Amino acid sequence: MAAHTTSKTINIKLKIWRQESVKDAGRFEQYSLDNVLTNMSFLEMLDVLNEKLLKEGVRPVEFESDCREGICGTCSLMISGQAHGPVRGATTCQLYMRSFENNDTITIEPWRAKAFPVVRDLVTDRRAFDRIQMAGGYTGAKTGPHADANAILVPKDLADRAMDAAACIGCGACVAACPNASASLFTSAKIAQLSLLPQGHPQRKERAIRMVGQMDKEGFGSCSNLQECEAACPKKISIQNIAIMKREYLFAALAANFREGMGSADGGA
Amino acid sequence: MVPLKRLFTSTLGRKYLMGASGFALVLFIVVHLLGNLTLYTGSGDAINTYAAKLDALGIGKLILELGLGLTILLHVVTAIQVTYSSKVARAVQYDAPKSKGGPTKNTVTTRNMIITGLVLLVFIVVHLIQFRFGPKIEDGYTANVSGVMVHDIYRVVVETFLDIKNVIFYVGSMFFLGFHFRHGFWSAFQSLGMLNPRWSKPIYCLGFIIAILLTVGFLFMPIYIYATQGGAQ
Ligand code: HEM
Ligand code: FES
Repeated sequence: MAAHTTSKTINIKLKIWRQESVKDAGRFEQYSLDNVLTNMSFLEMLDVLNEKLLKEGVRPVEFESDCREGICGTCSLMISGQAHGPVRGATTCQLYMRSFENNDTITIEPWRAKAFPVVRDLVTDRRAFDRIQMAGGYTGAKTGPHADANAILVPKDLADRAMDAAACIGCGACVAACPNASASLFTSAKIAQLSLLPQGHPQRKERAIRMVGQMDKEGFGSCSNLQECEAACPKKISIQNIAIMKREYLFAALAANFREGMGSADGGA
Repeated sequence: MVPLKRLFTSTLGRKYLMGASGFALVLFIVVHLLGNLTLYTGSGDAINTYAAKLDALGIGKLILELGLGLTILLHVVTAIQVTYSSKVARAVQYDAPKSKGGPTKNTVTTRNMIITGLVLLVFIVVHLIQFRFGPKIEDGYTANVSGVMVHDIYRVVVETFLDIKNVIFYVGSMFFLGFHFRHGFWSAFQSLGMLNPRWSKPIYCLGFIIAILLTVGFLFMPIYIYATQGGAQ
């Protein structure tokens, strides 16, 4: 077991949110786990816990994961009060047990937001994000053969900023970390990513109005400019995108007042 | 569809209103401090002259006062709406939420702008009762400035701050103003979509500096009056 020779082991206590269903009240349960290899990832530690719980005849803890390499945004745990745990710029699946000390008590909770109801234990329903995306997070592109890569020239700085915004994996950590449960960072990243680029310009106004409209309809809170979302974002997405969203929405909504036929661009509210 | 109505009742729209009214209040309070600095001259002539000039605006002064009142009303109403909708959005609290540091501005005071704001509201009401609606010329509060009889607002100020309770209340309130302003100034720029990474830090520092100047400038007025005039009585 050469790979493990550098790994210490620690004993930890876990305080995990257990909840049967959306309707259930839910409560914290305490578990202890001994000899946890510090080179394990946080999710592997939960796998080990679940094996133990299965042997003991206890229902395993439900949590979500998919890629386990920080690109899908499925894993989503509030770890001791911090979205994705203590390490900045990392998802829960990229967090390792070496970030914890022997005898630590680790609290694990689901994302808490009215717009993200708890399905079971640590699993939340994040389809509100999908609906925001569907409301306008796309471009109307021609189908058919691939266009020439450089047919539309894009200034380098805009391409970079759009790329930074596009790094959003939609994990919901911004909502989870925000004291107001605001979805401003997510929505603004999706708006900015497209609106900064020429390809996104034709639907620019419509997009801002529809996506912000959907965000509000889902019941997310309002942005108090605390920047905690940026601190919690595993991709370190900047609140500059929120400033862009504010401009996009303001100009789009004002323009809508001076143009006819904008009734269709209101997200159906 | 009524896009304008929806614009200003959306979560973003409310923050446009907060930011715009916040800016107006920033402008007001900076002018207010500059005017009141005349108190530090040690005699009542300077502030009485300044107040007389404002009174001379007549209906113009009334319009400014009404505008200011409506701005405060707009700021407070949107503040309550924004805070309420955010409380609803995070109905269930975390066990022990903790900031992740880095660029965050998430602190006790920034998270509780509604608290510092409501303290300011109480302060504003008390302050208006004591000064704006305090003793008038008709009550015998007159002063002679270069041969002209004017309202002796200086006497109202001095009499107010001879009471140690008022001094403590005013000094205490100014800390709330400082904390509210520190986050508010920068926040208003961001709410109106005017920030980018290059300007974020300088604007934040500017707000911080103005917050300190405001707090210190206002805070020492009651102390100064109490210290210099208290002994003379
Ligand atoms: C002289 C008095 C005041 C000044 C100069 C001032 C200034 C500001 C500024 C510049 C902002 C930033 C706006 C933004 O985030 O877009 C702000 C935010 C805020 N103000 Fe005031 N304000 C004052 C009084 C009040 C009062 C009386 C209240 C009473 C409720 C209040 C409540 C708030 C709240 C709750 C916020 C934050 C809103 C949020 O969470 O997004 N303020 N203030
Ligand atoms: S499981 Fe895909 S990002 Fe963590």
